[in-house]
Amino acid sequence: MKTDELIENLSETLSPVPRHAVLLRLAQGVGAGALVSFIVLCAWLGFRPDLSSAVDTSAYWMKFFYTLSLALFAFWATERLARPSSKAGWPLLGLAIVILALTFLSGMQMMHTPPAKRMPMLMGHSARICPWLIVALSAPIFVGTFWSLRTLAPTRTVLAGAVAGFASGALGAWIYAFRCDETSAPFLLVFFTLGMALVGLAGSLIARRVLRW
Amino acid sequence: MLAAEAELKGLMVAGLAGDKAAYRVLLTALGDVLRRYYSRRVGRDDAEDLVQDALIAIHTRRATYDAQQPFTPWFYAVARYKLLDHLRRKRVRAAVSLDDAGDLFAEDDSEAALARRDLETLLAALPEPTRALIRQVKIEGLTMQEAAAQTGRSEIAVRVGIHRGLKTISDKLRGKDAREDG
Repeated sequence: MKTDELIENLSETLSPVPRHAVLLRLAQGVGAGALVSFIVLCAWLGFRPDLSSAVDTSAYWMKFFYTLSLALFAFWATERLARPSSKAGWPLLGLAIVILALTFLSGMQMMHTPPAKRMPMLMGHSARICPWLIVALSAPIFVGTFWSLRTLAPTRTVLAGAVAGFASGALGAWIYAFRCDETSAPFLLVFFTLGMALVGLAGSLIARRVLRW
Repeated sequence: MLAAEAELKGLMVAGLAGDKAAYRVLLTALGDVLRRYYSRRVGRDDAEDLVQDALIAIHTRRATYDAQQPFTPWFYAVARYKLLDHLRRKRVRAAVSLDDAGDLFAEDDSEAALARRDLETLLAALPEPTRALIRQVKIEGLTMQEAAAQTGRSEIAVRVGIHRGLKTISDKLRGKDAREDG
């Protein structure tokens, strides 16, 4: 094949690219995955029974905004890492600040709790299953996100895979938060973040194989 | 260098908007840069393949260029990614071809049959249109134009189809080798 011919062919069939094409492509995959995940939540786990009264508590909104802000920062970072030569410093810094803020809040809660009650507060009643349910609910989002990423061009493959996985985990955790009735900050910090990190680990492990282009 | 950046970026932005003439000028200029870049780093034969690989990558991934950012770093990141990918592939190929040579000396004629069977197995993993294209062009030796005429597709569709198909096969081979090693 002659290079001149190739150039001729590529430019002859050129079609315009919409602005924000990367964002649109990610939104397609993530949106479809989140929809499936939400349906799975409704059909399998259901909402927490006390949802209508829980929305009056600060613990509910802490969970809501912790998972949502992590998802937004991580998907923002994914959008950057889906491009050759782009850096994701700012969104990753945002991610770190959110986690640090919850760490601080957890420390405060621990200090204001009598020592004997600290362990029960940390473990709640669902510590054993919480990270795994988050992993399960993240799976459709994970598939959608990687489907999108495969059409993009990450050059730091393993980092992009880890961040995209973590983002899927955070959005899955946000959906799981409609079910989870735990109330303490330390529980949220340890077991929610653990679930997200597991999905991030999965993303980093498959990245080399799946995200090559 | 700075002048080149402004010029290339202008062409790229026009290309993203659908300006075919600007895009042709851009790809031609990038082709020259890529040829210099790769021929300094790999053999002459591989360099031209890499130039084409990189041009196809630039084309199919052009949406990932953010017009708010300078163009040159994006372009070199693609070029470098394709170079590293090529070197990795080559390492795998070198290992495979040495092993194959040993087998060839040991049992001569069954090897051709095995190779044909392996080829069919690999082709079987592809969707039918792609399989037919690869068979026509890479095995029967038709030109791209002839294959395009036969299948009623555009020539570019044929080219890109074959490119994708071969990549799928090579990915599959790599995956298989990795498992056998481990």
